[in-house]
Amino acid sequence: MSAGAVLRGSFLVFVAAMLQTVVVSSVVIGGGAPDVLLVVVVSLGLIRGSIPGAIFGFLGGLVVDLMTLDTMGITSLVLTLVGFWAGRYGETTGRDRRFAPVIAVGAITILAGLFGYVLHYMLGEEVVARHALVTALIPACVLNLALALPLHALTRRVVGEDDRTAVSPDVEVLAR
Amino acid sequence: MGVLVLVSLVLITLSFRAGEDGPLSSVQSTGASVLRPFAVGFERVAQPFRDGYAWADSLLSARSEAERLRVENRELLQRAIQSEFALQENEYLRRLLTYLDSPRFPDDFDPVAAEVIGRPAGAFTQAIVLAAGSSNGVRVNDPVVTADGLVGLVIRVTPDTARVQLLTDEEAAVSAVDLRTSAPGIVRHARGTRETLVLDRVPKQDRVKAGDDVVTAGWRASGLSSLYPKGIPIGKVTSVGQTDTDLYQQVQVDPFVDFGSLDAVLVLVPTERRP
Repeated sequence: MSAGAVLRGSFLVFVAAMLQTVVVSSVVIGGGAPDVLLVVVVSLGLIRGSIPGAIFGFLGGLVVDLMTLDTMGITSLVLTLVGFWAGRYGETTGRDRRFAPVIAVGAITILAGLFGYVLHYMLGEEVVARHALVTALIPACVLNLALALPLHALTRRVVGEDDRTAVSPDVEVLAR
Repeated sequence: MGVLVLVSLVLITLSFRAGEDGPLSSVQSTGASVLRPFAVGFERVAQPFRDGYAWADSLLSARSEAERLRVENRELLQRAIQSEFALQENEYLRRLLTYLDSPRFPDDFDPVAAEVIGRPAGAFTQAIVLAAGSSNGVRVNDPVVTADGLVGLVIRVTPDTARVQLLTDEEAAVSAVDLRTSAPGIVRHARGTRETLVLDRVPKQDRVKAGDDVVTAGWRASGLSSLYPKGIPIGKVTSVGQTDTDLYQQVQVDPFVDFGSLDAVLVLVPTERRP
């Protein structure tokens, strides 16, 4: 990744994190709120790969945890895994699929919700499963799906496409 | 990837175990102070859009709302006259008795007005972040209100920001009374819904009815007192139910505060603590 792409990606993640905490979290529709930062991190993972996705996820989570005075590391951990999962999907079966952002955002929103619930439960916080996993998560998933394609297009425009011709260290090239 | 996960786990462990006094707390405090101007800037940019949405939304219900308010205004005028008379009588009797009371709202508090600049994402916690902190006199456990009623309690403070646990959070609980019957109970979050409260532990013999107002109890006993001063409005009783097997009534309360559209709040700082 070029330094310019790293800077643009970091700026995008910062803006998404600030937008999420200041504005979007209070936009509750049908019981749930969209997660702009999660969608942006998924897009970055899909476009730039698993490791950049994980790094951008970690940075975005760190900004949210600092901003909301929450337990440090919780959002970072969830979004690190989100970026990594999205990146792996983009590097393998999701490559070149037109609706990969939609599929990835839908699946990862549910997985991140489940993982977040388990994490908060393990830390001894009282969270009602029905509210966290049904009442709020399903509308949030629908809203994230609606944002998936526009935000993916925006992210692609800001950070640019990765060089797909580069040989992945995990893949053995049998023929050219 | 593994390194980032490990760093996150170390951050969680340090943050969770060390609490307010740990080294991470000062790092977070500095980080929050650095991010505060950005949050305030984003909030200022978003505010006109929010106001526009609220204005358009209010137009739809303006006519019915105006009629309801006219009726309510007539009732409140009558009640205000009666209350004024009762207040004068109460003050006279208190002077006669040299009555020792717990802190009263709003007389014993100086409000600090603060802008809401953030909310945690997800449905795991119900909290807001304020653009006021310890440099404004705000401390942990200070109650937070709006003109409508009780919002919650300050649970973390940095020099420039403060985190407030909303009344709708799973871990929040407030001792409260039904204003008409003086029936005591504990207001907490109703399970399964986002913005409904329940008045728990209300004995069956107390005749609480739908439409009753619920306010903070503000108790004081054996050197201990409630974190909330007495008399802060919380909400209106919407339904009361009880079964033969239950020990207490099931009282549902609709909060006066709209927790979804909090733009600015007042932090109640005790007068005795102000410089």
